[in-house]
Amino acid sequence: MRAFEYTSPTTRQQAVELLSGEAAVLAGGTDLLNLMKDDVLTPKRVVNIKEIHELNGVHYGPRGMQIGALTSLGDLADHPLVKQHYPAFADALVEAASQQIRNMATIGGNICQRPRCWYFRSGFGLTPKTPEGKSLVEAGDNRYHAILGNEGPALFVTPSSIVPAMIAYEARIRIAGPKGSREVALEKFFKTPQAEGEREHDLQANEIVTDIFLPPSAGGRYAHYEVRQKEAFDWPLALAAVALHMNGNTVRSARVVMGYVAPVPWVSEEAAQALVGKTVTDETAKTAGDAAVSQAKPLSHNGYKVQLARVAVKRAILQAAKGKAEGGEA
Amino acid sequence: MAEYKWPAPAERTLIGKRFSRVDGPAKASGRAKYSYDYNPKGLLFGKVLRCPYAHARVTSIDTSAAEKMPGVKAVQVVQKAGTEILWQGDDVVAVAAVDEPTAEDAIRAIQVKYDVLPHNVSDAEPPPGAGEGPPGPMSEDDLDDALSNQVPEAQVISRLQKDGVTFQVTDDMVKELKGYGVPDTVINALKAAPYHPEAANQQRPPYQKMAAQTLGDPDKGFASAEVTSEGVYGASVITHCCLETHGSAAEWPSSDHLFVHCSTQGVSGLPGQYAQALNIPAGNVRAHQDNIGGGFGSKFSPDRWGIATAQLSKSAGGKPVKYMLERDSELMTAGARPSAFARVKVGAKRDGTVVAWQSNSWGTGGPAGAGSPPIPYVFEIPNQRKQHTAVRTNQGPARAWRAPNHPQAAVITMCALDDLAYKLNMDPLEFFTKNLEIAGPRAPIYKEEFPIAADLMGWKQKWHPRGDKAEGPVKRGVGLSMHTWGGRGHAGDCMMTIHPDGSVDIKLGTQDLGTGTRTAILIVAGDSLGLPMNAFSLNIGDTMYPPDGGSGGSTTIGGVSSSTRRASLMALDQLFAKVAPALGAQPGDLEAKDGTVRVKGDHSKSLSWKQACAKLGAMPLSVTGKNPGPGNLINSGVGGVQMADVSVDTETGIVKVNKMVAVQDCGLIINVKLAESQCYGALIMGISYALYEEKILDPVTGRMLNPNMEFYRLAGLRDIPELVVHMMTDPMNDNRGVIGLGEPPVVSPGAAISNAVANAIGVRVPFIPLTPDRVLAALEQQQKAGA
Repeated sequence: MRAFEYTSPTTRQQAVELLSGEAAVLAGGTDLLNLMKDDVLTPKRVVNIKEIHELNGVHYGPRGMQIGALTSLGDLADHPLVKQHYPAFADALVEAASQQIRNMATIGGNICQRPRCWYFRSGFGLTPKTPEGKSLVEAGDNRYHAILGNEGPALFVTPSSIVPAMIAYEARIRIAGPKGSREVALEKFFKTPQAEGEREHDLQANEIVTDIFLPPSAGGRYAHYEVRQKEAFDWPLALAAVALHMNGNTVRSARVVMGYVAPVPWVSEEAAQALVGKTVTDETAKTAGDAAVSQAKPLSHNGYKVQLARVAVKRAILQAAKGKAEGGEA
Repeated sequence: MAEYKWPAPAERTLIGKRFSRVDGPAKASGRAKYSYDYNPKGLLFGKVLRCPYAHARVTSIDTSAAEKMPGVKAVQVVQKAGTEILWQGDDVVAVAAVDEPTAEDAIRAIQVKYDVLPHNVSDAEPPPGAGEGPPGPMSEDDLDDALSNQVPEAQVISRLQKDGVTFQVTDDMVKELKGYGVPDTVINALKAAPYHPEAANQQRPPYQKMAAQTLGDPDKGFASAEVTSEGVYGASVITHCCLETHGSAAEWPSSDHLFVHCSTQGVSGLPGQYAQALNIPAGNVRAHQDNIGGGFGSKFSPDRWGIATAQLSKSAGGKPVKYMLERDSELMTAGARPSAFARVKVGAKRDGTVVAWQSNSWGTGGPAGAGSPPIPYVFEIPNQRKQHTAVRTNQGPARAWRAPNHPQAAVITMCALDDLAYKLNMDPLEFFTKNLEIAGPRAPIYKEEFPIAADLMGWKQKWHPRGDKAEGPVKRGVGLSMHTWGGRGHAGDCMMTIHPDGSVDIKLGTQDLGTGTRTAILIVAGDSLGLPMNAFSLNIGDTMYPPDGGSGGSTTIGGVSSSTRRASLMALDQLFAKVAPALGAQPGDLEAKDGTVRVKGDHSKSLSWKQACAKLGAMPLSVTGKNPGPGNLINSGVGGVQMADVSVDTETGIVKVNKMVAVQDCGLIINVKLAESQCYGALIMGISYALYEEKILDPVTGRMLNPNMEFYRLAGLRDIPELVVHMMTDPMNDNRGVIGLGEPPVVSPGAAISNAVANAIGVRVPFIPLTPDRVLAALEQQQKAGA
């Protein structure tokens, strides 16, 4: 790790001021420190925001849940109100990383974590190139890369296994910057970089995520389903989070969000449309799964992920329709 | 004179019972010290600059900026300009500095220029006709690789004579090879080898076809076969992934004395290797290790980085320097298990009798290519035709991996035979049992083990013809495999000293790999002297103690148990001679039991152990027991059977192991609990390499893409199913003497799990690890074939 200046502000304003230039935000540190050790990120200044205590904690009221960005994944996973009101979110939380990492990692950091792409993590950037200027991901080993939204040059997949569930619950986040704060729907926060140097979200260099808002979930049915090679701590190969709003036995509206399939969390309108007005059966769930990957264009080594994404969507829908976490686990 | 044999079963007080390891509490509480934990005052940090390319020539090295940096105490060029680098991550320059950040900064300040050369990291099937030309002269690396990969002596000599070498053979080189124990016949052939300097810079083809081997009459064999099966099988390259990475701390107490704390599987073997490289007498090198965090066959050498660590310390005025590999370096450079793949055709009579085998195999062990795994494995099929092609890659060097080549051989053989059983419409249990007549010297033990394993697994209830017909996407199946290993105890000495106050100390230069070696020594000594295990002061892991062989090839338990038994019996002989007069008996009439020395059959004539030892007078008695030595205390040759029960999600290709059964013999078992424990560990390691582990190299950059523990996957707690271990313990096994157990139980899991997956889903997934992409591809092919 290279030498850096360490700062520890106690207010949002101080943090934002300190984030000018080549600075990085330190919260749980479970991602940033590894990136710095591997010399992938070399910030001149590290801004520890853990001393901004107001960014901690969970509040629940008639307008839903407000979560401070510094709240740890572990605290959230164990929180009775999270389990009660946002069970699919709780499922995603408890499956994320290991207990030790959940104890350190923050929900804000989880949203802002960097892609796991092995070329990025080897220092080749988010849109790596061969010496001849071609896409290194396309020419190389892309077994874990994007099958959707992969027109390029970015071919990595979005790394959070929790964000899709939050998007299914229609989460919004609040961002603090030099001109005050702004709010954005979580699904709009993520961007596909179009050139090297661009970020995978719309956080400016001197902004921090301060809060997450989850609207009340009453009346919906939700589920989160991960396809993982290992049951013990592992990154998913594909995952889906689903929200169903029912009209009796038929789906009035649906939200289907996939993770690990594209550079951004992938909200599938095709899958949602396939469900609207239908009763959820094995058949309709399968049709929605097929619709979710209908636009998929796999790379040379990741064709199998199309099937995994299709199955994740199908199983998440069936699980959501059945109610919380019944069956479905492979 | 004592009779050198094990106590009769009824006489045993500790041997063959169940004890927890004596070092368990220290390890569980974190008090146990590893080489990694050696942090003396004034310790300097080592770091190594590694080549980022898979194949390159070093053209220039400029260390001047690093040398001038404050806090940098030594800089050591490991591979000088002009050297050809054959894998990513190979060591180029090492530095020592006052702290880790300074050492890292120093590494970044070093300028190395490379001429980047074309690389090959693919071990895909060689194209037809590949590797048939002459291999060309041997480079230094070829020779090193041939010698370190146990290529048969005659083969090396013939190659040297026929093809010559690309390098000049110097006196230093000859001296070095002699130091490593290379036989004179090879050295003479090397000296006489034709010199072809022009070949040194030629790009060599990556393939080397070995001579075809035939046995019996394969054509007639296949003609007589009524059923044949053909398939492709194999295992990808995996790493050792030691949790304590390779490395050492080195210091020079005086200008010609070196002291190293090294993470090693062979403490006694280190001085010779350091001495040769550093040009000091081996007797001036002291090596020490209390505990090791995994080696699995990859930790016998100080390695280039270890020698560099010693050189850095010397340059820094003898101050201690520690360098342990970073996780990525460990996975990139510190050892890989060679891949092995084969197209196999195997034929049998209608009744299931296997009559013919044909295989075209290939695989890579890195720059050296790789030898053929021992196929067909276990079964001595009467008619065989085999051809192997070694694939040279810039994959990083192969090292012995727990049961070298056997897991790969088991996958290729047991999966091919399982497919044949399917074609014969036979239950594999019946098929394998039927062919035990050609299962080699351990056939009788397999015959005993199969029914035990089948019973523990519930094979009869669980087995079904291929393809689980159950509803839903998750299919369940069972599979089996079998394996063999030698495991004769290595050479070693045990020094036992009995003091007049009754205390006893034991010294061996051996090492405890975590298998329970300390515990085993105490059990043997305690049982032999009639004392409890805590009556001894046991010292191991240092070259100040009598030498003991390296812990590889399942040789430690036989080595230390027999030398300790002999030392104990020798010590008792001498003690009895001193004590006999006081008991009014002959030395031969005495026994040491229950903390006493007494007359056999007349317990009224008895002295407590302490009283007896007081008869020694002023001087302690000290003896050295050896292995090999008088009496038959050890043996070689084991056979084991394993079964796996798996579930496969056919929609995702995810495999989950539900249960594994291991039935294993290993002669006389010193400690049944730790023997079982070793099998549990092997099953866990086996599940990991069967389902998850793979060293993934990038075709474009030649780099390892998963040198971390996120994408180099190891099984975690939730991936481990019910594990059932049954050790064969009976008078017949007891009478064979002690045999090693480290390797055999890790051989079969890959094959057994692969066979279980085939049973579940009705189609063979050719290669391990059985990753979702491979499982789904096999299912897709099956669907196409059926459509």
